[in-house]
Amino acid sequence: MSEVEKGQVMTANRLRDGEVVFLTRSGEWNEKIDEAVLALEPQATAALEARANEDVKATLVTGSYLFDAERVGGKIRALHMRERIRTLGPTVRLDLGKQAEGTGGAFAFKEA
Amino acid sequence: MYRYDEFDHQFVQERTAQFRDQANRRLSGALTEDEFRPLRLMNGLYLQLHAYMLRVAIPYGTLSSKQMRQLAYIADKWDRGYGHFTTRQNIQYNWIKLEDTADILAALAEVEMHAIQTSGNCIRNVTTDHWAGAAADEIADPRPVGELLRQWSSLHPEFSYLPRKFKIAVTGAPNDRAAVKVHDIGLRLHRNDAGAIGWEVMVGGGQGRTPMIAVTVRDFLPERELVAYIEAIMRVYNLYGRRDNKFKARIKILVHEIGAEKFKAEVEAEYARRPEQTTHVEEKELQRIAAYFAPPAFEKLSRFSPAFEEAKLLHPGFARWARNNLAAHRVDGYTIVNISLKPEGGIPGDATSDQMRLMAELAERYSHDELRVSHPQNIILPHVKKDDALAIWQALVPAELATANYGLAGDIIACPGMDYCSLATARSIPISQAISRKFADLDVQEKIGPVKINISGCINACGHHHVGHIGILGLDKKGEEFYQITLGGSSAENASIGSILGPGFAGHEVADAIEKILTTYVKLRQPGEEFLYAYRRLGPQPFKEALYAAA
Repeated sequence: MSEVEKGQVMTANRLRDGEVVFLTRSGEWNEKIDEAVLALEPQATAALEARANEDVKATLVTGSYLFDAERVGGKIRALHMRERIRTLGPTVRLDLGKQAEGTGGAFAFKEA
Repeated sequence: MYRYDEFDHQFVQERTAQFRDQANRRLSGALTEDEFRPLRLMNGLYLQLHAYMLRVAIPYGTLSSKQMRQLAYIADKWDRGYGHFTTRQNIQYNWIKLEDTADILAALAEVEMHAIQTSGNCIRNVTTDHWAGAAADEIADPRPVGELLRQWSSLHPEFSYLPRKFKIAVTGAPNDRAAVKVHDIGLRLHRNDAGAIGWEVMVGGGQGRTPMIAVTVRDFLPERELVAYIEAIMRVYNLYGRRDNKFKARIKILVHEIGAEKFKAEVEAEYARRPEQTTHVEEKELQRIAAYFAPPAFEKLSRFSPAFEEAKLLHPGFARWARNNLAAHRVDGYTIVNISLKPEGGIPGDATSDQMRLMAELAERYSHDELRVSHPQNIILPHVKKDDALAIWQALVPAELATANYGLAGDIIACPGMDYCSLATARSIPISQAISRKFADLDVQEKIGPVKINISGCINACGHHHVGHIGILGLDKKGEEFYQITLGGSSAENASIGSILGPGFAGHEVADAIEKILTTYVKLRQPGEEFLYAYRRLGPQPFKEALYAAA
C-alpha cells in the first residue's frame, strides 16, 4: 500500500489566458497538477508563496493561493471538489478542460 | 426591431479600443490586477475556475439572427463551441483568453453588441418580459422604457460607482415574467380606473444572501416622469446606501433598515427638489425610442389555423410540444415559440454554436428575424405563424431543441455552479441533470403540471432558488457539497421567498427528495391546483413528513 502524504499546492491562473497552473519544484508554472510540488511543511509553503508573489508581480500569473492536497501513489489529488474541478475541468463536460486535453490529474471524474 | 443608435455605435467602438489598450497594459505589467479588475469587470470579463469568462449583454434578451450567428461564431472561434444563456437574459462564454478579449469585443461591436453593464457596481442592463411585444396579455411593450432607462443610465457618471450593482426589470403585462419584485427596481405597467396607463414603481427587491420582495413607492407614475423619479431613487441610494459592508450595500438593505415609509419620504423629497419642466422626458423622445421596437408587419390571419390543427392530429409529439411550448400571441394566427434549452440530462441554458445557428435560421425564416433569451434560460421565437409551427418543430427535433417541457419540472433554472464559477460553494448542473433524468417521462411532467425548480450553487442566488416553487441551494458543509431545499417561492406577480423545508441533502439524494415532494403534491392537490398554490394551502408539514418522517 502506498503512503499518503498531505500538504499544500500553490495554484494560480495564467494571466494571458486564464489557464489553471500549479507551481513546480523548479519554480515554473505547469498546467498539470502531477507536476506540482506538494509542500509538506510551513517552510516549503512559505517558499511557494514567495515565488508566487514574485510571479504575480511579474504578470505571469494572477490570483495565486495554496490549497490542500495529498499525494497517493506518487500522484497528487486535491482534497476539495472545487480544486479537483480546477485540476480536471467541469464534471458535467468530460470532453472539456484539462481532463480532455491530457493535462488532467490522475484522479479523473468517472463517467456519470 | 431593436437597434443601436449612432451614439451607441460610437461609444461601443471607443470602449473596445480602450479595453484593447487596458488589456495590453495589463499584459505588459503596466497595470496590476487590482487596477485592472474594475476595468475588465466594466467590460464583462471575469476570472473563473478554468479561464476568463465573458458575459455579453443582450438588452431585453432581444437578438436578431445576425447577432445570434455572431454569438455562434465567437463560440467557435474563441471559446469551445458553445455558450451559456443566463438568468439575466445574457450569454456567457466560459473559456475566454484575456489576450483574445479585445478581438471578441470588436467582433461583438460589428453586430452592435458589447459587454457593458453586465458587471460592476453600475446600473446593469435592464431586463424585461421575454415575450415583450408578443404576449397576448400585454398592455404595452416594456422594452421602450427599458431602452429609455438604458440610454439614461449607460456610463452615467453619477451612477457608475454605486455602493453595489443595481438591477432594473420591467414588465408591460399583468402576468409578471420578468421577476420585477425581486429586482432593485421593478416597474409594472398597469391601467387605472380611467383606462390610462402608468407605472407601478417597486424598490428594494432582491435575491442573494438577503432575499426580499420589493415595496411599492409609487403606484401610478406617468411614463414621462420615470427617468426623473428613478434618478431620485438612485440619488437616495447613492447617498445613504452602505459602502462599508459589501453584503449590506444593496438598496434592499437600505429600504429595510430605514423602513419603506422613510425611504419613500426621502425619495419624494429628492424628487420634489427637481425642476419638473427640465426632467420630464419629451413625448417625441419616447416616440423615437418606441420606434426602435416597432412591431413587425404582421399578416392578417385567421385565429384558427387548419394546418396547425391538422398537424397536431398527425404528430402526437408535435401536439405535446405545441401544448407545452407555444404561448398565446397578441395577433391572430400567430404564436410564441418557446425553445427549451433543457433537454433530458442537459445543461440548462447551454447551446452549441450549431444550435445557435439553427435557431438564428428559424428566426430569420419564421419569426421576423427575431429571437429572445428568457431569464429561465430558454430561447424564444416571438412572432411565428401557427402555420409554420410544425416546420419549426421538425427542424428542432434533430437538434435536441424540441423538448416539450416548457414550464414543467424539467425546465430547471440552474446557475453554472462549481463546475465553472469561482464563487460557487457547490455544483448546480449535476443536480439539475439528475432531476431532469428522474422526470424524463414527459407524461409524468405533464401530470405534475407547471412547477419551477430553481438551483443555485451559492448564496448569491444566480439560479433564483429563493423564488423557485422548489428552490435548491448548494452549500459547502465541512468540505462536502450539500443542498438545502426551499418551497413556496415565486418570482411572478404573486412573488414570495421560499422557506427552508428542513435539513439539507447530499447531492445524490436531491432528485429523490424532489420526487417525494412532487408525489406528495400530486396526492394532496385539488383538481387543477398548481404546485405553488397547493403548497400555500397545505403549508410545509405534509412535505416535511414525506421527506423526513421515515428517516
